[in-house]
Amino acid sequence: MFDSLSGRFDAIFTRMRGRGRLSDADIDEIAREIRLALLEADVNVRVVKDFISRIKERAAGAEVAKSLTPAQQVIKIVHEELVATLGSTTVKLTMNPKPPTVVMLSGLQGSGKTTAAAKLARLLKSQGLQPLLVAADLQRPAAVEQLRVLGKRIDVPVFYAKEGSPQNAVDVARSAFDEAARLGRNVMIVDTAGRLQIDEALMDELIAVRDIVKPTNSLLVVDAMTGQEAVNIAVAFDKAIGLDGVILTKIDGDARGGAALSVKAVVGKPIIYVGTGETLEDFEPFHPDRMASRILGMGDVLSLIEKAEAAFSAEDAKAAEEKMRSGQFTLDDFLDQMQQVRKMGPIGNIMKMLPGVPKELKGAEVDESQLGRVEAIIRSMTAEERRDPSVINGSRRSRIAKGSGTSTQEVNALLKQFKTVQQMMKSMSQGKKPRLPIPGMPNR
Amino acid sequence: MSNLSLVLIVVLVAAAALALVVIGYRLAVARRSQSTLITPPLLPDLAEEQVEDADRGLDSKSVIEDVLEEATKTETTKAEATKPEPVRLRDRLGRTRAAFAGALAGVSGRSSIDDEMWESLEEALISADVGVSTATRLVEAVRASAKAAKIKDGSEVEGLLRKEIALLLSPADRTLQMASSGPTVWMFVGVNGVGKTTTIAKLATREGAAGRHVVLAAADTFRAAAAEQLGIWAERSGATLVRGDEGADPGSVVFNAMASANSRGADLVLVDTAGRLHTKINLMEELKKLRRIVDKTPDALTEVILVLDATTGQNGLTQAREFASAVEVTGVALTKLDGTAKGGIVLAIQSELGIPVKIVGVGEGPEDLIPFDPEEFAAALFGE
Repeated sequence: MFDSLSGRFDAIFTRMRGRGRLSDADIDEIAREIRLALLEADVNVRVVKDFISRIKERAAGAEVAKSLTPAQQVIKIVHEELVATLGSTTVKLTMNPKPPTVVMLSGLQGSGKTTAAAKLARLLKSQGLQPLLVAADLQRPAAVEQLRVLGKRIDVPVFYAKEGSPQNAVDVARSAFDEAARLGRNVMIVDTAGRLQIDEALMDELIAVRDIVKPTNSLLVVDAMTGQEAVNIAVAFDKAIGLDGVILTKIDGDARGGAALSVKAVVGKPIIYVGTGETLEDFEPFHPDRMASRILGMGDVLSLIEKAEAAFSAEDAKAAEEKMRSGQFTLDDFLDQMQQVRKMGPIGNIMKMLPGVPKELKGAEVDESQLGRVEAIIRSMTAEERRDPSVINGSRRSRIAKGSGTSTQEVNALLKQFKTVQQMMKSMSQGKKPRLPIPGMPNR
Repeated sequence: MSNLSLVLIVVLVAAAALALVVIGYRLAVARRSQSTLITPPLLPDLAEEQVEDADRGLDSKSVIEDVLEEATKTETTKAEATKPEPVRLRDRLGRTRAAFAGALAGVSGRSSIDDEMWESLEEALISADVGVSTATRLVEAVRASAKAAKIKDGSEVEGLLRKEIALLLSPADRTLQMASSGPTVWMFVGVNGVGKTTTIAKLATREGAAGRHVVLAAADTFRAAAAEQLGIWAERSGATLVRGDEGADPGSVVFNAMASANSRGADLVLVDTAGRLHTKINLMEELKKLRRIVDKTPDALTEVILVLDATTGQNGLTQAREFASAVEVTGVALTKLDGTAKGGIVLAIQSELGIPVKIVGVGEGPEDLIPFDPEEFAAALFGE
C-alpha cells in the first residue's frame, strides 16, 4: 500500500547525510513527499497546500538538532504541525448547566450516525449520566427499529414516534423533551436521518430540528474513509446548522483518515469521539497525536497495541513475557506466538504497523503460506527437540525434514533464525533496544 | 499501561522473528533451484467463531408493521413527487459537473500551456478522488499527446483529458449477468454504510417490475434491524424475503434462500451481506464461506458486486482489492453519486484491478439506479 512518510524521506536524507542544515532544494523535495503522503491519506488538496507552506517555513529555519537525523527532525516538525492542526488536547462534550444536555448527530447516509448514537449513549451511561436516545431518523426504513434494538441492548430508553402521533422529525424532537423530563434523563442524543449536504429539503428539516432541540453539542458524523469531499460536507453542515464537533467513525479500517485533518482545518471544530469497531463498546475520545501518526503512516504503535490486545489474552502475554525474561523461550512458545500473531491479521499488515522496522522488511512480500511450512517443521520435532534444539543432529534433521515435507536446508534455516530470535529476546529482556540483525541493513 | 507495553514487546519480537524466519526461508527456498513445494496448509476457518451473541427472540413483528405502515406512507408521498422519466447519469451528475468544471475553469481558460496549468489539472483530478498516481498518469498521458499533436492552446487540453479518461474506462462488460438456467444469484459486499441494502432494494424493485421472481436473502444478521429494512423493501417490491434472527449464522440464511429459490423456481436471488471492513480477517473469512454456500448451486452466482460510496477516498482501492481477493468481485455499484462527491476512485479501481462499475446509485428512489456509461460519465464530468 502506501509507503510511510518516514520511508519516503529515507532516500532523500541518505544523500544529505552529514549536513547540518537543510538547503532550499532539500526542503522542496521533502515538501513534495509530504504533499504526496497527505494526498494519499485523503487530506484535501487545499488543506495540503496551506499545510505545506507552513512546514516549509518552519523547516527552513530549523537547525538540525544533534540528537536527531534530518529525517527525524522534519518528521517531528510535520507531526507537531499535524497535532497543532488536529487540536492538541482531547475535547470533551459540553454539559448544559440546566439539563438536559442535547447532543444532535448529523451527517451523510451511511456515515454511522445511528451506531454512533448508541455507542455514545453507552459511553455516557458508563460515566454515570442518564441518556435518552431520540429516533429522529424517519427517512431510512427501519432506522427507528435499529435504534430501538440498540437501546435495548445497552439498556437506554429510546424515544420514537408512536403509532398515531405525527411522523416527522421535528415533532419527535419536540416531544422528546417531555419524555426526558418524565424519565428524568439528563442527556438527550438525537439521531437524525442521513442526508446529502446539497439536499435542500432535508437540510431545511435538519435546521428545523436544530431550532427545536437547540443542541448543546451539534456533532457531525464523518466516515474515516471519506475522500476529498469531506471539506464540502463539513462546510455545508456547519453553515446550515452550526457544528460544535465531529465524530469520526470506522477508524478500525486501514484508511489513513485524512478527512479528519481536512474537516478540522476548514471548520475548526474539534473531533471529539472516534468509532473504533463493530461492537457498542468500540467508541473512544479522540486523541490528536494518534491520528497525526496515522495520517503520516508512521508505525501506528497504538492501534497495534489495540490489535494485540484483541488477539492476546492478558494471561497469554504475561506467560510469554515471563518465558522471555527467563530466557527459556522454546520453539513451542515460538509456535504459540506465531499463531497469536497470525490472529491479528496478515503478517505483512502487522509489519507495516511496527515502528522501527527497516523498510526493506516492511516492503517484503510476506508469503503467508511459508508460515505453514515453519509450523510443519516445528510440529515434526519431538518435545525434547522443541525444548532444546541443540540436540538436533544430522539424522534428526533429516527426519524432521521428511516429517514436514521440507528439506534439511529449510530446517537449518529455521534453527538458525530461531537462535537469532533467542538472542534478541535475551538482549531485550536486559533492557536493550532490539536490533534486527539483517545483512545489509544500517543500524539506526 | 505496563501490560500494554508488555503486549507490544511480545508482538514486536514475534513479528520481527517471523519476518526473519520468512526471509530466511525465502533465501533457503531460493537457493534450492528445483523447488518441490508442498501445498501450504489452509488458514483455519475462522468464520464459525465470528457470529456474535445478540439478543434473540426479540418481538419485532409489531414493530415491523409500525414501520411498514409508516414507510408506505413516505413512499406514496415520494412517488408523487418523482417524475416518471428515466433518470440519466448526466442529469444527476450536474453538480459533480459544476464542481469539476469549476476546478477546470483555470485550465480551459488558459491560452498557453505551462507547468502551472498541468499542476492545476492534476489538482482537479485529485480533488475528484482520482488519487495521486492515477492523476499523475492521466496528466502525463495528456501531456504526451498534447506534445505529439503540437497543441499550443490550453482550451484543447480538456478534450484530451476526457479522451484519456474514457480510454481508461474503455470497453468492459457492464451488464449484470443472468445464469443460463436455474436461479441467478447476485451477491452484494462492501464496508459498512455504503448502501448495500438500498442498492438491493432498488434492484429488487426493478427486476420485480420486469416480471422476475426475486428472493432477498437478508444475510446481514449483524446490524440491528437490517433484516427489517430489507423486509420493508421486499414488501414494497413484492419479493420473497428469507431472513434469520438477529445474530443468526448468515450462512444459514444464504442456505435457506438458495433452497427456497430452487424449490420455488425463483429467477433471481439478491444476497445482502453485513457491512464489514476489509481489514477484519474473520469477517472476510465469513464472506468467503457465504460464497462457498452459494457456489453449491453450480453456475448460479453470476455477480459479486462491491458497493462503494462515491464519497470514499483512496481507501476505496484497498477495499476493492481486498474484497476482490476474498470473493472475486465482478463489478462495482457506485452509490450516492447525487451529491458533490465525484467517485473518482473508480478510475483507479478499473485501471488497476480491472473491475468495472456496473451500476450507479443517484438517489433514494427505486428508479434512481442507473447503468454506468463511461462516455456519459466522462462527458458529464466536463460539462457537455
